Amino acid sequence: MTAEVLLEHGLVVASALFATGLIGVLVRRNLLFQLLAIEIMLNAAGMAFVIAGARWGEADGQVFFIFILVMAAAEVAVGLALLLRLSHRFRGLDGDSVSVMRG
Amino acid sequence: MIDVCRSLPIWLIPALPAAGFVVLALVGARFPRRWVAIVGAGSVGAAAAATLCTAIGFLGRPPETGVIEERLWSWIDVGSFEIGFNLAVDALSLVMIFVVTFVGFLIHVYSTEYMADDSAYSRFFACMNLFVAFMLMLVLADSLFLLYLGWEGVGLCSYLLIGFWYSDPANGAAARKAFIVTRVGDTAFAIALLLLYKHAGTLDIQAAMAWAADNWAVGSGIAVAVALLLLGGAVGKSAQLPLQVWLPDAMAGPTPVSALIHAATMVTAGVYLIARTHVVFELAPTAMTTVAAVGAATLLLAGCSALVQTDIKRVLAYSTISQIGYMFLGLGVGAWSAAVFHLMTHAFFKALLFLGAGAVIISLHHEQDIFKMGGLRRRLPGVFWTFLIGSASLAALPLVTAGFYSKDLILWAAWSSDSGSPWLWAAGAGGALLTAVYAFRLVFIVFFGDERGHVERRPGLLILVPLTVLAVLSVVGGFVETPSALGHVSFFFDLLDPVLPPAHATVAGHGTEVLLQTVVAAITLLGVGLAFFLYVRRPAIPAAVKASPLGAWLCGLWLSGWGFDTLYDRIFVRPFVAVAGLLRADPLDEISSSVARVIAAGNSALSRTQDGRVRTYAFGIGLGAVIAVAVVVLT
Repeated sequence: MTAEVLLEHGLVVASALFATGLIGVLVRRNLLFQLLAIEIMLNAAGMAFVIAGARWGEADGQVFFIFILVMAAAEVAVGLALLLRLSHRFRGLDGDSVSVMRG
Repeated sequence: MIDVCRSLPIWLIPALPAAGFVVLALVGARFPRRWVAIVGAGSVGAAAAATLCTAIGFLGRPPETGVIEERLWSWIDVGSFEIGFNLAVDALSLVMIFVVTFVGFLIHVYSTEYMADDSAYSRFFACMNLFVAFMLMLVLADSLFLLYLGWEGVGLCSYLLIGFWYSDPANGAAARKAFIVTRVGDTAFAIALLLLYKHAGTLDIQAAMAWAADNWAVGSGIAVAVALLLLGGAVGKSAQLPLQVWLPDAMAGPTPVSALIHAATMVTAGVYLIARTHVVFELAPTAMTTVAAVGAATLLLAGCSALVQTDIKRVLAYSTISQIGYMFLGLGVGAWSAAVFHLMTHAFFKALLFLGAGAVIISLHHEQDIFKMGGLRRRLPGVFWTFLIGSASLAALPLVTAGFYSKDLILWAAWSSDSGSPWLWAAGAGGALLTAVYAFRLVFIVFFGDERGHVERRPGLLILVPLTVLAVLSVVGGFVETPSALGHVSFFFDLLDPVLPPAHATVAGHGTEVLLQTVVAAITLLGVGLAFFLYVRRPAIPAAVKASPLGAWLCGLWLSGWGFDTLYDRIFVRPFVAVAGLLRADPLDEISSSVARVIAAGNSALSRTQDGRVRTYAFGIGLGAVIAVAVVVLT
């Protein structure tokens, strides 16, 4: 399997993953699932980095993936804390019910 | 004595009433009434004393130039434009400040009793003092600019005092009318000042007049324009045709106000202005003719209106318009001194008549309709005798009254002067008949006949003493200048001679002068006799005339002042109100307000996108990213 084919297939998978995540964010009303969908999108981006790194034989892609993992962990920590507060406050995790802070 | 008087600063004269105003305006409301009266009348009395002192100094040791100048401070100093705050006393302003302070003082004394029951006692005296201060500023001004300050100041005080009883909207309307109508004239005056400054480069009265005499040819367009614009200002202030409509309505103010402002002083400011700037008028024969024509027409029209009025104060108001018409007639034929002489005697007898009318009005508990008065001769003898003297002086009863001497000089000048004509004389003589009839009509209806009206209280000393003093002045005030056939005293004209040149007489006939005097005297006596016949002997005749169709039409016309109010209402007021109604919604503002509306619509549309849902925002971000990528990929 040549490097170009690997790149092409890998990016198609990453795009599909990203689209899945995006659709998940857009259509789910449950904040927890939206958070999961965001994780999928992050992983799609990370996968694209790894594939690109493998294509050119560079370690940069993997380094970036570690960065993304760290950022995702931080995001989840903050996100889950917010979710806890929200579920206390609004008795549920419906994202649309939190639309009180509009302009 | 004379040295002491000469060293008295002139600025004290306007400053004293101004100080009275400041005190009364700031703390007057907390003063007891007695204090208010003392400050109010006392400040003007002090100004009168200062005037007397100045007069002694002036007459005892006349200044070489004929003018005592007093440079106070620089008012405006911008580049080459400099206006000083300077006062000047010459013979003309001496006569004016004498009239303003002395007649003003008597009216203030009278007011202390007349206004005694009014709740706004201190406001009244504050405004009156302010008026006197501005009036003195007007006549003492060294430059036309300062004169204009006084001119507008008296207009303001006139407004404040006409609308003194402001809780009645009609009084406020009368005050506004007076202010707005005179403003038409003031605008012309201001333009005249600008023109004069543009050409002469100075507004100092003496310098500007000297410049005009040196540089403008007789009859040149610019001289005529300036003279006519100055006349416009004078016509507005002095209630002459065509701006006379405000004065009868100005009677809405308290009676002392009518006596002080609308009879003795402010309304004669126009006469003073023309006399002061007579150099310009002499350069403009057309303007002189216009002045004379305005005067002649006004004195006849206002005289007719005075004949049919039923409100005692409106009779006197139209009479004032008519008498100022005489002064304009005198000015128009170049008889400057005669006009100023009539100004002085008119101030005496018209103030007297107004104060007498005021005494009658409060005695009858604010009744102003003369047909509800009658037979007051026995009830109010003091008022009757002084009012009779005032009316005699107004009617110019021969030999014994001041009005005779002053009016006679004007009529003689109207006949004999270069610019005079028999027509002007005839108008004046016809006016003399009207004057005699309406003056004595008032006397006979109010003081003779059956007793009507209930006298509630008799006037006190504070009212009777000013009346008596003014009555004496209305008689002896004329003896300072008598015609050649009657002693030929010429104190007044000699005094004014350095300021105002004598009238140029072409028809110098001593016999003619005596003949015309006799004719006018006969006309006056005829008028008095006619009034006696019509209003005492045969009261049925005026009633029958009033009942006939022509008589009724004429009466209605004259009662409304020849329909000028209706005319101006149609020509000016209604179109203006209509245009104002159209513009009320600001159609021109649509241009700018439409921009605001578009922005507001955009705001509400965009703020709807901020619905607070995370999914919508995410969708927006996603869509934006897709569009951005599409743009990058496809181009």
